[in-house]
Amino acid sequence: MGVKTGYSDEVTKGFLFWSIIWGLVAVLVGVLISFQLVFPQLNFPPFLTYGRLRPLHTNAAIFGWGIGSFMGMFYYITQRLTKAPIWSLGLARFQLWLFNLVIVLAAVTLLMGYNQSKEYAELEWPIDILVVILWVIFTVNILMTIMKRKEEQMYVSLWYIIATLVGVAVLYLVNNAGIPVSLTKSYSAFAGANDANVQWWYGHNAVAMVLTTPPLAIFYYFLPKSTGVPIYSHRMGIIAFWSLIFMYLWTGAHHLLWTPIPDWVQTLAMGFSIMLIAPSWASVINGYLSMNGQWHQMRDNYLAKFFIFGITFYGLQTLQGPAQAVRTFSAFIHYTDWVPGHVHMGALGWVSLILFAGIYYLIPRLYNTELHSVKLANAHFWLAVTGQLIYSISMWIAGVQQATMLHATNADGSLHYSFMETLTEMYPYWHMRAGGGVIYLVSLFIFIYNIIKTVQSGSATGETARATGAA
Amino acid sequence: MFDLLEKKPVILLLLAAVVIMIGTTVTMIAPFKWINDPSQKIAGVKPYTPLQLEGRDIYIREGCNNCHTQTVRPLVADVARYAPGSTDGYSKVGEFVYDQPHLWGSRRTGPDLARIGGKYPGAWHYKHMVDPQSMVPKSNMPSYAFLKQPLDSSITERKMKALGFPYTQGELDAVKGKTELDAMVAYLQKLGNDIPWRKAAVAGPLVGDLKNPFAGNAAGGVEGKKLYEENCAQCHGKDLKGDIGVPLAELKKTEGEIFTTIYQGLDRLGMPAFGDTLGKEKVWKVISYISSRKGEK
Repeated sequence: MGVKTGYSDEVTKGFLFWSIIWGLVAVLVGVLISFQLVFPQLNFPPFLTYGRLRPLHTNAAIFGWGIGSFMGMFYYITQRLTKAPIWSLGLARFQLWLFNLVIVLAAVTLLMGYNQSKEYAELEWPIDILVVILWVIFTVNILMTIMKRKEEQMYVSLWYIIATLVGVAVLYLVNNAGIPVSLTKSYSAFAGANDANVQWWYGHNAVAMVLTTPPLAIFYYFLPKSTGVPIYSHRMGIIAFWSLIFMYLWTGAHHLLWTPIPDWVQTLAMGFSIMLIAPSWASVINGYLSMNGQWHQMRDNYLAKFFIFGITFYGLQTLQGPAQAVRTFSAFIHYTDWVPGHVHMGALGWVSLILFAGIYYLIPRLYNTELHSVKLANAHFWLAVTGQLIYSISMWIAGVQQATMLHATNADGSLHYSFMETLTEMYPYWHMRAGGGVIYLVSLFIFIYNIIKTVQSGSATGETARATGAA
Repeated sequence: MFDLLEKKPVILLLLAAVVIMIGTTVTMIAPFKWINDPSQKIAGVKPYTPLQLEGRDIYIREGCNNCHTQTVRPLVADVARYAPGSTDGYSKVGEFVYDQPHLWGSRRTGPDLARIGGKYPGAWHYKHMVDPQSMVPKSNMPSYAFLKQPLDSSITERKMKALGFPYTQGELDAVKGKTELDAMVAYLQKLGNDIPWRKAAVAGPLVGDLKNPFAGNAAGGVEGKKLYEENCAQCHGKDLKGDIGVPLAELKKTEGEIFTTIYQGLDRLGMPAFGDTLGKEKVWKVISYISSRKGEK
């Protein structure tokens, strides 16, 4: 890269290493709980029941795999875009330790049954406090690095990083407000419908600030780096950024359509969800148009495949999501398997494909080597996409079928099917879903093997050494 | 202006925070003014007793909300299924004022539980929690037999104080010596029972001619047997000799009366209503089967 400052990438390496571990845990637990839904005897009470494992699955995926990789990549990207070293390497090192401590504590306490019950905000208050400390350290370190930058102009990735830092802080602090009664037990500060409304303001904007702005920051930085093409439109990036972070915060209540929160809150959420198609697709189209004249890279450059499929799943996700946010459609598919089908297209398709690409790009550079096997990377790609599609498509069909059955009535107005009659129809789809999960797990093992072999063939001193050596 | 922003990180950060706070203020902060407003209070809705609260905390601990929702939507199918017989049995905002946190959930792998209270007798819940498949064949719910362990009541009072719920010493003492399962069942039996939807639902008599269209039709009884084994045998026994439910073999009721009981349920005995899940035809088939076995010892 021809950079002549002393960047430090050891923390990035650490975060990537650990995020892969937590990602593996998330998928392993995911596969286990998908089998538990088919074979209830696979629940091993009290610690390994579906009810306790599902929060572990989501927390390991979102915070362990997602946030872990973002932290690593944000440190890498920020240093390059500011042409400045990390403001405090000591703090960053401490952050890595604290991050892993939090994830381990999360895993242990969730299995013990200590949870606040709110989705994606399950962790009890002492761990919440550690998370806040973690986030403050991260925010200060990134912002100070930006303040001390040697490149005046801030590239679009840095805006997304800044929005992430602010957004997560606001969301997390409010939704976790509680009344502690012991070290392991607290009650929400809000009651009933208020609590639900706060929770889904948080829940949906965790999707915005954890599962949208960070992968976009990564996409906007690594796509040009990996393909050699510049981003098509800087202006479109600006418009998409501001409208995205403006509109997202209005949409939380689309998780609460037909519930007893005020109708006008639901209607606003519905309207803004549809409006969100515009900024979401601005990023998708920006990605596509950047590839103009370079589409042959989809064949020649495995990284382009990960990025373009990733942004495509983002595009599909942000069409399907607004559709689900419409009252009539929500009445039909909400509470069915359609929704996990939707979520996993975003998690496995969009976010994870972008993260895989980022890691594939980074590891050879950080260890001063070449990727061990492009063939294996391709195998990983196709298996991951296949597993994810089996998962999502089977769940969409299952959701539509169950919804149809749940709403079916007889001539006299009574319901045609009992709840159990609809549930037993789900078993074949749940088998398929578990199969899709296993395929995805296999793809993950291939990925990990490839990364290990790459690291082994490299030297511990990668880009940094090269860069400083040249100085 | 954007050029300026791209060079001023602090301004960008502050502006991003302002932009984020606009939607937040309108859709998250402002609704506090309307939600849980005193005007939406429902007089019958009471705070949890110490035992019910402990049950609720076990519900949270075990993550029941990962598979069960607690909101009945104002949709025909939702009301018919989860508040059967009523027209306005959907969830109201005033029902949740003591729920910290709310437990509305997001996925119905199992059925909604907002109106589960009083649907079944307590004995049904004990059996079901210990061995779900014995009561609901083909269910994928895990066994919660381990909840038979003693309930830890050491911080019950602190919990009641934290939430500001009223309690008596007698209620606190009543928690001691109970199992976790006792608390869980106490909680489930409260759910949805603070508003009188069920009484309103079964008040009216069934109209129309209560005559079995399958009388003397052997096929109806054959299908009825299958329906009986799926829906009734768990409580009334495979041999109709009764268990949680009354024995049926020597039942002294007309077919019309039995129809009313199955279709609308019988609150007093904890008999759930099956009208909305089975429909008239299937209920008559079950009755045909029961009649065919009348008088057996």
